[in-house]
Amino acid sequence: MKVKVIARNPDDYVRETKLDIQRVPRNYDPSLHPFEVSREYTRALNATKLERVFAKPFVASLDGHRDGVNCMAKHAKSLSTLLSGSCDGEVKVWNLSKHECVRTFQAHEGFVRGMVVRYCGASFFTVGDDKTIKQWKMESPGYGEEEEPINTILGKTVYTGLDHHQNDPVFATCGQQVDIWDEQRSSPIRSFTWGVDSFSSVHFNPVETELLASCASDRSIVLYDMRESTPLKKVIMTMRSNTLSWNPMEAYYFTCANEDYNLYTYDMRYLAKPIMVHMDHVSAVLDVDYAPTGKEFVSASFDKTIRIFAKDGGHSREVYHTKRMQHVICIKWSADNKYILSGSDEMNIRLWKANAAEKLGVLAPREREAANYSQKLKEKFQHHPQIRRIARHRHLPKTIYHQTKELRIMKEARRRKERNVRKHSKPGSVPVVSEKEKHVVTVVK
Amino acid sequence: MASPGEASVDETHVGKKKKQPARYWQELQEEERKDENKVKNDAEQSKEAQQQEEDETQKAKKRKQDQSPSDGEKVKPGKSDPFPGPAPIPEDRLQKFKRKDKLKKPHRKQHKLRDIIARSEDASEMAQKQAARFDLLLPEEAGFLEGDEDEDTCMISQEDIAEAVDITSGAKYFNLKLSQFGPYRLDYSKTGRHLLLGGRRGHVACIDWTSKQLMCEINVMESVNDVKWLHSEAMYAVAQKKWLYIYDSNGIELHCIRKFNDVLRMQFLPYHFLLATASATSFLQYLDVSVGKEVAAICTKTGRLDVMCQNPHNAIIHLGHANGTVTLWSPNQKEALVKMLCHQGGVRSVAVDKTGTYMVTSGMDKKLKVYDIRAFKPLKSYFLPAGAACLSLSQRGLLSAATGDVVQVYKDVCSMPVTKPYMAHRLRGTVWGLHFCPFEDVLGVGHGDGFTSMLVPGAGEPNFDGLDANPYRSAKQRQEWEVKALMEKIQPDLISLDPTELAQVDQATWEQRHQDRVEVLGFDPLAKEKFVPKYKKKGRSSAGAIERRKKQVAHEEQRDVIRKSVEDKVKMEKERKERERKKAALSTQKSALDRFKK
Repeated sequence: MKVKVIARNPDDYVRETKLDIQRVPRNYDPSLHPFEVSREYTRALNATKLERVFAKPFVASLDGHRDGVNCMAKHAKSLSTLLSGSCDGEVKVWNLSKHECVRTFQAHEGFVRGMVVRYCGASFFTVGDDKTIKQWKMESPGYGEEEEPINTILGKTVYTGLDHHQNDPVFATCGQQVDIWDEQRSSPIRSFTWGVDSFSSVHFNPVETELLASCASDRSIVLYDMRESTPLKKVIMTMRSNTLSWNPMEAYYFTCANEDYNLYTYDMRYLAKPIMVHMDHVSAVLDVDYAPTGKEFVSASFDKTIRIFAKDGGHSREVYHTKRMQHVICIKWSADNKYILSGSDEMNIRLWKANAAEKLGVLAPREREAANYSQKLKEKFQHHPQIRRIARHRHLPKTIYHQTKELRIMKEARRRKERNVRKHSKPGSVPVVSEKEKHVVTVVK
Repeated sequence: MASPGEASVDETHVGKKKKQPARYWQELQEEERKDENKVKNDAEQSKEAQQQEEDETQKAKKRKQDQSPSDGEKVKPGKSDPFPGPAPIPEDRLQKFKRKDKLKKPHRKQHKLRDIIARSEDASEMAQKQAARFDLLLPEEAGFLEGDEDEDTCMISQEDIAEAVDITSGAKYFNLKLSQFGPYRLDYSKTGRHLLLGGRRGHVACIDWTSKQLMCEINVMESVNDVKWLHSEAMYAVAQKKWLYIYDSNGIELHCIRKFNDVLRMQFLPYHFLLATASATSFLQYLDVSVGKEVAAICTKTGRLDVMCQNPHNAIIHLGHANGTVTLWSPNQKEALVKMLCHQGGVRSVAVDKTGTYMVTSGMDKKLKVYDIRAFKPLKSYFLPAGAACLSLSQRGLLSAATGDVVQVYKDVCSMPVTKPYMAHRLRGTVWGLHFCPFEDVLGVGHGDGFTSMLVPGAGEPNFDGLDANPYRSAKQRQEWEVKALMEKIQPDLISLDPTELAQVDQATWEQRHQDRVEVLGFDPLAKEKFVPKYKKKGRSSAGAIERRKKQVAHEEQRDVIRKSVEDKVKMEKERKERERKKAALSTQKSALDRFKK
């Protein structure tokens, strides 16, 4: 007779001393782990609920400006530095990690319209309503010295926007025309006009560095090549775009913030139709900025909210608002992809988390593992109705909630009317126009 | 998995006659080579062959050396990795961890979906491989019992086994003589550490049976129908004469649940925290023990319910009835999910294995039947002269059946026909309750004269999972496990026949999608336009004429339908005839036995 029965030595399964961690022998045999799917689903549901519980996006408010914050600029080299310009011509430099202002000076008379940090991070440019372009040193002046710009250019007209080249000492301004400046000269090396008299913003392409795009007041977006003497092409839309932002990873895409409450992502090569229309705001969109990963962007609106969109998502994944935040004028996504900075009418700059439920600070390895696991579960079960309902639910201020509803009703009514018209007219005489095509008037080359 | 490189290296070593420590894979290869040589027979020939092989290997080596610099790895000249690539994994072990078949690749146009599917399949394949690799490291091995030549394993007595094994294992065979309050029902906790005994005449005891420590012992002064551990060893439920009671491990009464009356049998669903009870009044009730609420009460309308078991794979409750049927129940439906006629007499006992594949039933017709519970098909039928009163399946698929005062254990009942039991043991009284202890080679038997713990080698799963059921867990570990288990309690509405249903794509039917589309659009795009007769002049558009024209069109449509159906019918008829003709042609071929036919 040969016989063997299971005989376990407890020493193999119990820790030796109290200082050790407990032993956990594993066996991954699926038959020992029944109901895999239902348990994972339950975990995913719990993780989604917890995510909503821990969603506390607001980090800090930076106050100190004496008028509305009109523009902001990220430092090119330092994550913790932010520059902001207000409507009374004051410029402030902030230390974000300490939540404090490190430098204040009067840069312009009237609004500071635009500011940009030079690619080296040693100096920055500002333009203002007083028709000047000023270059400032990044480090504050020594004790007893006065705040003096390194360089001042007196222009003929008001400048409304400004951007710097990625790696050349060249910058562009816009106002009545788009000007390209060499840092060493006091007159523009090139000027572009195309039948319009006012531009609101200009932006260099981050990858094809000689390309620029600008938004004009005649409802058009114009593309330029710096090396050529004439603009490349423009697309005219039904409403004016306030500003645009290039996707830093796929730099043939740019997203523009429009007055008609929507954002439009265009492929620069095919302007006839935007590749995506991003809807959700209930008032004009004033500013937009891409995340450094190029997968998401954030938009600021006149309706006092900030929304985060996926680059290919028609609706926002997140909305931020507070009772005290007024019309949000400028927005930036920090270079470490973790924070969002918003400057608003009521003189404050607010610091938000880009991922509302994310825990700040260093994570222990087990903590990170658990977070990754629950993230994956949420992804896996995201389409289940119960989970999607919880993940999508956001509390909105009453006005915005009602306005959204109203807009939806209006849209539905318009759609119904169009359908009825189509029904009662000759087949083919009322073509179906998609939402993407609706907002483009024409493309001019 | 012998790659050409691997073989060549072996050969060269043989040529040099360097002695290497023997490896099992070498043995295999040597055997293969022997076979080859046998065929050739001639020694010289074999030598030549070897020479040739050596030449070939040198060529192969050269090729290898040519390749190696391009790889950029540092390989010593003349020596290459004898086992290139990752270690092979046996196919059966991979199969064990397989969750799903591969999906069909979507069309190239859906490149995003294609990408996602490819990536997730890669990930799951890697997980499967890693799990299969990890299987090699499991510390324990399952038990077994083998008789000598012409010795039946069923003739080996428990005393002999207990003597043959080590002392601690031998101590797992014991008898508790409790003749006063018997017969006894029993239950093992999920970890297999704790034993709960309930005597018919009111004696309830819980024991840490490995250390033989008595945790509590009470007499409820009422008849006890069934006892069941709840999720941990801190609480247990006792079905008494009238109500259902819950006690803690010190024997203190926690609850008396008056909504549950005349309970005869209980089952606990550990992942749902549900206690399912079957009563004499033919009610099947579910109690959520985490919140103390009754989840469902189903009137089965089938009389006294004293045969019950759960399917551990999908948490469906199986009930056996006096008319020979077995019914399957979930808390979400007032009707039985499935009704199966299993026996000609009443059903005496039901058991389902842990993978949810097989159901074993025994009935008053003295038969023991095995069903494939996924397809609801009978697989095997055995005749037991005495009939089995209680059945229990172990983790590794051993079946124990109690016939009178004898407990028989069968091996592989489900897969192959069995003629004699694997083990047998005679007890002092009639068997009342039967349970395999999880993660141990032990079968607990409650009978009229007390309790017997039997040794059944090969019954239990040797390797437990520490995060699921850990017999060696500390109090702290148990507390943490409890919190986690409660957090991921599965809601009762997720109980269904197929537990993976939740992960499958809910593909809407065409009708459903069409209906949604109609709702969104506000009209039916596929609806046929109504025929409006043209206006004709010269008085041809009188009301009667219009009606006639309408009718004509309607008739034309109807005619189309009829024509089509007639065509189909003709086609089918033709096919049928063709088939019959073929059959006839086959049957006309005469066989040798045809002459005996009339």
